[in-house]
Amino acid sequence: MNACDLIVVGAGIVGASCADEAAAAGLRVAIVEPGTIGGGATACAMGHLVAMDDDPAELALARLSLDRWEAFADLPEAEFDRCGTLWVAENPAQAAGIAARVARIQAAGGHAHALDAAQLREIEPSLAPDLCAGMLVPQEAVVYPPRVAQHLVLRACARGAVLHHGRRVRQLDTHGVTLDDGTVLHGPVLVATGCALPQLVPELPLRPRKGHLVITDRYPGKLRHQVLELGYADSAHGSDGSSVAFNVQPRPTGQLLVGSSREFDIDDPAVSPSMLARMLQRAFRFMPSLGELQAIRAWTGFRPATPDGRPYLGAVPGRDGLWVAAGHEGLGVTTAPGSAQLLLDLILGRTPAIDPAPYAPSRVLA
Amino acid sequence: MIERCDVAVIGAGPAGLAAAHAAASHGARVILLDAQPRHGGQIWRHDVAHGTPPAAQAAIQALSGKVEWRAQHQVVAADGRRLLAETPDGAVEIDAGHVVIATGARELQLPFLNWTLPGVAGAGGLQALAKQGWPLAGKRVLVAGSGPLLLAAAATLRKHGAMVVGIHEQASAARVAAFAAQLWRWPARAWQAARLRVALAGVPYRCGSFVQAASGDTQLRGVELRDADGTRQVECDYLAIGYGLVPNVELAALLGCALDRSGTHARVHADDLLCTSVPGVYAAGEALGIAGLAAARIEGSMAGHAAADAVDAARALAPARIRERAFAGLLARHFALDPRLRTLATADTVVCRCEDVPLSALDDCPDTRSARLAARCGMGACQGRICGAALAELGRFPNDGPRRPPLFPARLATLAALPFRPTTEIEP
Ligand SMILES: Cc1cc2nc3c(=O)[nH]c(=O)nc-3n(C[C@H](O)[C@H](O)[C@H](O)COP(=O)(O)OP(=O)(O)OC[C@H]3O[C@@H](n4cnc5c(N)ncnc54)[C@H](O)[C@@H]3O)c2cc1C
Ligand SMILES: Cc1cc2nc3c(=O)[nH]c(=O)nc-3n(C[C@H](O)[C@H](O)[C@H](O)COP(=O)(O)OP(=O)(O)OC[C@H]3O[C@@H](n4cnc5c(N)ncnc54)[C@H](O)[C@@H]3O)c2cc1C
Repeated sequence: MNACDLIVVGAGIVGASCADEAAAAGLRVAIVEPGTIGGGATACAMGHLVAMDDDPAELALARLSLDRWEAFADLPEAEFDRCGTLWVAENPAQAAGIAARVARIQAAGGHAHALDAAQLREIEPSLAPDLCAGMLVPQEAVVYPPRVAQHLVLRACARGAVLHHGRRVRQLDTHGVTLDDGTVLHGPVLVATGCALPQLVPELPLRPRKGHLVITDRYPGKLRHQVLELGYADSAHGSDGSSVAFNVQPRPTGQLLVGSSREFDIDDPAVSPSMLARMLQRAFRFMPSLGELQAIRAWTGFRPATPDGRPYLGAVPGRDGLWVAAGHEGLGVTTAPGSAQLLLDLILGRTPAIDPAPYAPSRVLA
Repeated sequence: MIERCDVAVIGAGPAGLAAAHAAASHGARVILLDAQPRHGGQIWRHDVAHGTPPAAQAAIQALSGKVEWRAQHQVVAADGRRLLAETPDGAVEIDAGHVVIATGARELQLPFLNWTLPGVAGAGGLQALAKQGWPLAGKRVLVAGSGPLLLAAAATLRKHGAMVVGIHEQASAARVAAFAAQLWRWPARAWQAARLRVALAGVPYRCGSFVQAASGDTQLRGVELRDADGTRQVECDYLAIGYGLVPNVELAALLGCALDRSGTHARVHADDLLCTSVPGVYAAGEALGIAGLAAARIEGSMAGHAAADAVDAARALAPARIRERAFAGLLARHFALDPRLRTLATADTVVCRCEDVPLSALDDCPDTRSARLAARCGMGACQGRICGAALAELGRFPNDGPRRPPLFPARLATLAALPFRPTTEIEP
């Protein structure tokens, strides 16, 4: 009998985190992943661990997660680098909003402080001289997501989880799943298939949201913090057909990772030269010297986006023994550990670490 | 800047030069571009000491006034038939009616102990350096690897004053003799081979012999050779080593052209008139598979005619092309690699030199993507061109080279170039 306590479908950063959490709690876990572990959206991500403060619910999940990420700070596979996040204002209106953002992050237990134009220039001299203010969140970090996912799956397996690698869940059964080779697994199911969620759980609306990234050759010391424009949230949380925002990250190798773009209604993964150009032009506005750097590679990825931008974490109404953890849009690396904890709290009937209501899948089925 | 033309030819080696000439002969507006500062490609590369070979000079002069030549234009991205080239003066966009891909080939490098030491170079690579004026006078150079290119490289190196201490061909003497016995069917090649023999008089040519390891601390000091008699050490200042050529298919792949992946290394797939799977995009020369100079010239002409819609002129060359292409099969058969070469790299041998990745790091990787994700193999500036081809040859996984912009490292400003500005303008 292939009976288990939890069948985790999908081993991106979210599924891997859930499998690890469940195995640590003593559950008998099965993991099903058709491709490379962490090879989906997780492999395309920037790996920035960042709290977005404009939605209180999302901030709570991010804070819970960021605390848990500290446990990975010394794990070599994670390539954890505490570069901090620097948000920059391009106009007085954005600058005026900084105090409130600092307050929100502090209230949620994080650390942040405001910088004036001179301080901004001092810590990041290569930013555009007309940027008028900034906000520094010094504790935030970057990681290398696919290897973290691989580490978590290995750790779960070391605690007894069974990995069905190269296998895809073909269908959900009343009490389990059927794999593409006909194998049947019995037990409660957690669907963590990211953008592929609609294939198994079509009642939960989800759209892929394409993003582009470019990585440069090595320029150690060129930039010290992950730098984003304060308008980034408008791009991330707006529902425009397409948008770009300045978001650049120094990798531990000295390379710079430059983003970001967002596009709905495109399923072609090809790099779009015009979207790339638009994204880079936006980046040059904030960091003019970027133009001289050598790009060595560009790629795209798809963020799993729900209608309200929050992930689905919890039971799927009307389906016995079916749980979901998917739809993390552009923040799933950050919020994977908190998502896993919240989900296991719900599955095991523990007191949830944070209020689960904002993430309940039932919100879109009402 | 934006330029328009009827036919854009990418690559100004023998194939590209012929293509540009043929297309222009029908009145087409032709732009010929190459990343290099001069025409000629690999074999006809300009030599600072000895000039340009007469055949190359003739091919280049034939274009004067008929073709627009754009040196130092490296095509790094494309949007449909619009090509984006990086130049020293910024980005240039070329809007082409038809495109001829004549991107040639690169050398195959196989990893072995200490192959990344300074002093170890590609055979064609050191040849190119010599032509560009790299000082080799009095240096002891050992030439090794496989194929007729070794002789050409050795001859150039000698002409530039190097002491060629030996040429070590991995193929057996019997195979090389069988190859030579067939050469009369291609008189131009037999002639070239005879000239090389004269130029290399006195240089030992050993078959069934290969470099097993290089030695030296910070610089190459010598190599360990292996042949039927065992192993021995030979001192040298340079090792010029190449195991044949790999077609440059990346631009074709970026343009959406189908590749023929039946062999170890992909080549561009084309029909009898050299049209790729994308209408209006043609290919010629080594990009179609390694067949040498004569095939490259014929195919260049064919593709140029076809790209200018002169189908009959293109078709007339088809029989000559078939004859020259037969040479490719002969080469592949007689210079097939000794399986022992695939075992020279051990667990600790670096395979990806951009990112310092040892072979052992790839043990659990089933494909290039997982090798990149798990071990950073192929993530560096060469974009996996060198290690990808080597790993395919070692039987690890098929080569899956870059097919996304930028095709080569390019300035971010180039990728953000004006012509690609979106129609919906963003705020300043
Ligand atoms: C360009 C870009 C940049 C980003 N940057 C960041 C960032 O800096 N910080 C951050 O926090 N987030 C970032 N993200 C978001 C983050 O990548 C995602 O939110 C996160 O990776 C989602 O993880 P996942 O596990 O849900 O999905 P995935 O990683 O896509 O994993 C889903 C897995 O499910 C598997 N699967 C699918 N169907 C089946 C099936 N039927 N049976 C079994 N398995 C199946 C897939 O093979 C896949 O491995 C970025 C995203 C993009 C695209
Ligand atoms: C290193 C090397 C040395 C060689 N030496 C000899 C020799 O001595 N004797 C011999 O018989 N054969 C030699 N060959 C074989 C030789 O390549 C062919 O016989 C012949 O030159 C093929 O002609 P081609 O036009 O197909 O390609 P090439 O001559 O290789 O020309 C291709 C051209 O395309 C350009 N190019 C490629 N991609 C782009 C891009 N994206 N944008 C702009 N330009 C681009 C390159 O810069 C190059 O100039 C050598 C090959 C190599 C790789």
